Amino acid sequence: MADLSFDQTQQSKFGKTTLRIILYVLLTLFALYYLLPLFVMVTTSLKSLEEIRTGSLIALPREITFDAWKIAWASACTGIQCEGLRPYFWNSVLLAVPAVLLSTLLGALNGYVVAQWRFRGANLIFSLMLFGCFIPFQVVLLPMARLLGLMGIAGTIPGLIFVHVIYGIGFTTLFFRNYYVTIPSELVKAAKVDGANFLRIFWSIFLPLSIPIIVVTVIWQFTQIWNDFLFGVSFSQAGTQPVTVALNNIVNSTTGVKEYNVDMAAAIIAALPTLLVYVVAGKYFIRGLTAGSVKG
Amino acid sequence: MKFTAIAAISSIAITSATSAIAGPEAEVLHWWTSGGEAKSVAVLQKEFADNGGTWTDMPVAGGGGDAAMAALRARVLSGNAPTAVQLKGPAIQEWYEEGVLADISSVAEAQGWSAVLPASIAGHMKCEGSWCAAPVNVHRVDWIWANASVLEANGINMPSTWDEFNAAADKLQAAGIIPLAHGGQAWQDATVFEAVALGILGANGFHKAFVELDEETLTSDAMVAVFDQMRKMRGYVDPNFSGRDWNLATAMVMNGEAAFQIMGDWAKGEFMAAGKVPGEDFLCLSTPGEGFLYNVDSFAMFAVDGEDKTEGQNLLAELIVGQNFQKVFNLNKGSIPARTDVALDEFDSCAHISAADMSASSLSGSLLPSYAHGMALRGAQSGAITDVVTAHFNSDMSSSEAVVQLAKAVANSY
Amino acid sequence: MEFPMSEWLENHLPKIVLAPSFIAVLVFVYGFIGWTAWVSLTRSKLLPKYEIKGFIQYEKLFASPRWDTAFENLFVFGALFIIIAMVVGLLLAIMLDQQIRTEGLIRTIYLYPMALSMIVTGTAWKWILNPGLGLEATIKGWGYNDFSFDWIVNSEMAIYTIVLAAVWQSSGFVMALFLAGLRSVDGEIIKAAQVDGIPTWRIYTAIIIPSMAPIFLSAFIVLSHLAIKSFDLVIALTGGGPGYSTDLPATYMYAMAFSRGDIGQAASSAMIMMLVVFTIVVPYLYSELRTKNDG
Repeated sequence: MADLSFDQTQQSKFGKTTLRIILYVLLTLFALYYLLPLFVMVTTSLKSLEEIRTGSLIALPREITFDAWKIAWASACTGIQCEGLRPYFWNSVLLAVPAVLLSTLLGALNGYVVAQWRFRGANLIFSLMLFGCFIPFQVVLLPMARLLGLMGIAGTIPGLIFVHVIYGIGFTTLFFRNYYVTIPSELVKAAKVDGANFLRIFWSIFLPLSIPIIVVTVIWQFTQIWNDFLFGVSFSQAGTQPVTVALNNIVNSTTGVKEYNVDMAAAIIAALPTLLVYVVAGKYFIRGLTAGSVKG
Repeated sequence: MKFTAIAAISSIAITSATSAIAGPEAEVLHWWTSGGEAKSVAVLQKEFADNGGTWTDMPVAGGGGDAAMAALRARVLSGNAPTAVQLKGPAIQEWYEEGVLADISSVAEAQGWSAVLPASIAGHMKCEGSWCAAPVNVHRVDWIWANASVLEANGINMPSTWDEFNAAADKLQAAGIIPLAHGGQAWQDATVFEAVALGILGANGFHKAFVELDEETLTSDAMVAVFDQMRKMRGYVDPNFSGRDWNLATAMVMNGEAAFQIMGDWAKGEFMAAGKVPGEDFLCLSTPGEGFLYNVDSFAMFAVDGEDKTEGQNLLAELIVGQNFQKVFNLNKGSIPARTDVALDEFDSCAHISAADMSASSLSGSLLPSYAHGMALRGAQSGAITDVVTAHFNSDMSSSEAVVQLAKAVANSY
Repeated sequence: MEFPMSEWLENHLPKIVLAPSFIAVLVFVYGFIGWTAWVSLTRSKLLPKYEIKGFIQYEKLFASPRWDTAFENLFVFGALFIIIAMVVGLLLAIMLDQQIRTEGLIRTIYLYPMALSMIVTGTAWKWILNPGLGLEATIKGWGYNDFSFDWIVNSEMAIYTIVLAAVWQSSGFVMALFLAGLRSVDGEIIKAAQVDGIPTWRIYTAIIIPSMAPIFLSAFIVLSHLAIKSFDLVIALTGGGPGYSTDLPATYMYAMAFSRGDIGQAASSAMIMMLVVFTIVVPYLYSELRTKNDG
């Protein structure tokens, strides 16, 4: 940890305290900026429709009610079915978990190759793969639809997994490559001298060292895949739609009556897995990044 | 040999038995996802099931169908089109030109659709002479809604000309009431625009401008007058109108903050959900001008493989234009049946006005498709017009500049 | 575990392992960009057609006032978003690096926005920014009648509200990237600098920040990716309005492709956007990777 505790001979105690106070004030102001929308979302989800219609949108609820939450989970209408978000949750899980695992594994292998097994053109290949991070998904929608149809996996969960893995390769390779580049190449040389081959070195040396960066990659990929709407709506059909499609159906009905409290509750429920991942694994996230994932 | 023959015969028997059991099926892509809308569609699903059909729901909400259209394209390109899709207006013919729609003329003829549907509406459901879609309802777009007590307190009557509207609005502004509740979204700007245009251009002018896209009409003095009136309307909305959802604007009228709203008849659903009574708490009237701007929701049938699915389409089409569904769906939705021979006893007063106006305007040739809601023009052209309308409304563009841009945008959209 | 393999296999295995991903990228990224380029030269409307008709789509694109706005917005929004998110992220990281007591909690508060989908957080921001419903109304309610914050209903200023919400969503992630970088700088160098009497702020600007150049690369890539993808955010917050003043190429493309049945137009706008991204990202990537190679 970079220890920059102020040297007391340089700054007066008064100056130190003032700076400290300014620091905390700034931190609090920023915290308010980040928390404000969440505050609005949570308070709205706890109000009744009547109160939303008549009251101010930023006020605390006069009467707290969890009805909106119950409706969002189990009985909100997402079409003819009025079963809330619950049926779609499993689809998202079936989709996200394999996709995250696969893309992470591929990223690890690719990063390993590009970082430690420099062959001619490796850096060029890496740059070309990186460019895949920038392609807007609307561009790939139609050709991908045609290709998925030809492959026979259109509208299925495996089809969605396929799409997400393909477009996750750029980022996962980036993260792992930046991480593995910091591991000294002497390690590989020594292992080779010992008679270990390519896969052995990966399995026994690199993988165990990679826990932090695996966590980072998993967090990023999980967020992107769980929250994706465009691919989810285009490449699924009845029965395979992920939770974002259901959320969109609850929130964005065009000419119906808008139940803002249910909308907010639904949004928070849909985000709970990602929120959980961030909160719980936040520690590992920083540790993972610290362990050299982004250094040169 | 004998065994094989028996096996072969039995497997054929089993397969045919199974397919006989399967029955008509339909996967339906639509965007009616809110509670009220879902209830209305559930009526159709139940009827479908009562007739032995299996309904697979594929709802995609949002943007008046944008996300649904993205999903539809992906499905069509991957060779897996849904059986029935909620499509309306020229989009139906556009998809027909891609060669992906099915022919349901057999059902239409057997059920005598030509006799019970108004001519212009029937026209939308046909693709080069054969029937390809089934109409669900008729929404009227050019309504003006008002808070009865606010009007009474200020001695104002429902306006029958735009000048009367302006006078009433000035009076209301002086009294501190917002004359026009409006939500600043492109489609809402377009809705107000076409209501104004109908009043100023008249039925023929409207047709020339927004169906034929006649350049002379688009750049005429009458069109400049339409934009002038829009500029006036801009002065009658409150400063926070930008981005507001349409139902929040309706709420403003309900609680007396604003007096008028120009919106299609789905606004009625909002009033009634809050327990307001038409004629007492709120008033409904067509916007100043002669004519009826309609927005017809319909289901287009896509070409699919499999007898079950074609059977499903035919059954669906039959039920959609059936008396029962037409009555029940529209009671829930706030629109009126597309079918002209449905008894309207259970419908409210505004619906009666709508139905009467529809027959009258059909006879006089002023039953016109709404451009703002995708009935008059293809997406590229209507989008181009809306771009100019919303840009004009949200800036200080002059009316003469606006008509020039209008003509250019239309020409550029082909 | 033992993985016995032949000499040839051993030599070529790295390339073999990389190959599937590389081929996938070639097909699904570059191949599709090629497809888009092809379609941008056709008159495709509802569904793609493949008969080349020349550059009409580009002519139409450049004659469209809405595209002009969207294109300009890309630079305004993109530059502001990336720069501000980086600055805020760096600032927050430096602050958090000062051994705050509740660091874990505060870090989570700054980081969580990224976990939420913009479909609904956009609505929350829309309310907060609306003059009649949100912040302006509340502060006026507290008695400060001169306070005004009506950017979102103002055609000129609305794009800045998009920047505000986008920075809110992503700066926490950037902060996490920078914080890790700060924490991994060699403590010895810092101590040596302190012993030499160099003031703290100078240590940051002259030693720590320059050593984090690679992190700036990662942050830049992440932020550019988010800027380009910024579709849900715009739709939820302003719907492209007032008018079309907050339109971005991504929303223009989507509207053309799916609500206006004009895939040819959508393709041409996509190509222009990719061109812009290419000209900005490629030189940056090249310079970064080249120096890395030397290291």
